[in-house]
Amino acid sequence: MKRKLIAFLAVTACVFFSVQMLFAAGNVPEKGEIFPEITLPVPERTHETEYLGIKEKTHFMISQINADLIIVEIFSMYCPYCQKEAPNVNELFALIEQSEKYSCRVKIIGIGAGNTPFEVDVFRSQYNIRFPLFSDETFSIHKKIGEVRTPHFFVIRNTPDGKGKMVYSEVGSIQDPAKFLERIIRESAIRQEE
Amino acid sequence: MLRTRKISLLFVIVFFVLLLSSGASYGISEQFKGKIYAPGSLKPVDSSTELKPGMKAPVFTLPSTGGEKISLAKFRDKKNVVISFVPAAWTPVCSDQWPGYNIAKHIFEKNNAILIGITVDNIPTLFAWTREMGELWFPVLSDFWPHGAVSKEYGVLRSDGTAERALFIVDKKGIIRYIDVHDINTRPSLDVLVKELEKLEK
Repeated sequence: MKRKLIAFLAVTACVFFSVQMLFAAGNVPEKGEIFPEITLPVPERTHETEYLGIKEKTHFMISQINADLIIVEIFSMYCPYCQKEAPNVNELFALIEQSEKYSCRVKIIGIGAGNTPFEVDVFRSQYNIRFPLFSDETFSIHKKIGEVRTPHFFVIRNTPDGKGKMVYSEVGSIQDPAKFLERIIRESAIRQEE
Repeated sequence: MLRTRKISLLFVIVFFVLLLSSGASYGISEQFKGKIYAPGSLKPVDSSTELKPGMKAPVFTLPSTGGEKISLAKFRDKKNVVISFVPAAWTPVCSDQWPGYNIAKHIFEKNNAILIGITVDNIPTLFAWTREMGELWFPVLSDFWPHGAVSKEYGVLRSDGTAERALFIVDKKGIIRYIDVHDINTRPSLDVLVKELEKLEK
């Protein structure tokens, strides 16, 4: 009887986990893997469209951004860690913009998981964020990338075929912005292509 | 034999409960590391309030994490009040609701409104939890003892002793102007709250 019970328990556990895996949103894309294709609306602000270098009218794919390296921050205006990290990311953005070599090659975007456009605006104005932020109100992008905790930073080595591998995928602070920038440039080897 | 069958049935139930609980959708801030308890998907609303917009808001006095007692009556003729009940400390959606209000202070101020947060947790628990959110500009009140008395008066005490995720807007005259007893599993959007605040006399 005891053996039967154990067998039953084992079967239940197996079925549970396999079914749950089917339901699961998928894993977090790791360093070395390809970032899933994500479509975003073209920003209303012209300077943001110019920054991204996109020519599409309504929607564009992340791989269409005119840059060799794309930093994607998954944030939420409701996330205290993201709030604390915001000035640090602004500093990274400023560093890139000041760099003659990399301002055209490295771009940053933010995606607000579960945030309405209004909530994204609150975050943007609170921290005076100058790179483009997008709303993911329904968590549909968040689900596609494995429901990461926030903030999560992805850095994509962008190639014309959209199959560029990620050079960074980590939750939490980017720490020192200068060191972070140096690290992703080194690891993506974009310097060699000059 | 009967016992085995009972146990089997129990496993089947546990299995489905676990399965259903894996579908809730929310973002968790890395701020809280692994400290957030995942309750899974819960019954959206588990109470019914008899309060309606236009009625007088029940008055209350509760202790706050700051040490002092806060009364609703204190704001009479001075401020509009948003009361935000959340179910419990250290749970996913709640831990990502008040930190958002924390950076929206200017919106409340613009509408001459203050915010009061209430849960049924005791003060030490609330103290530890809200400290993880950083400095909060609004008071957080404990409706711990007699357990959930204020939540009950507002008709938002759930059958398990937690509160609903509910928003009440009380105007300067002490009249309820807006009620949202929200699905406990999701966060009410700031958009709706702001629209309701903008309707008030400042």
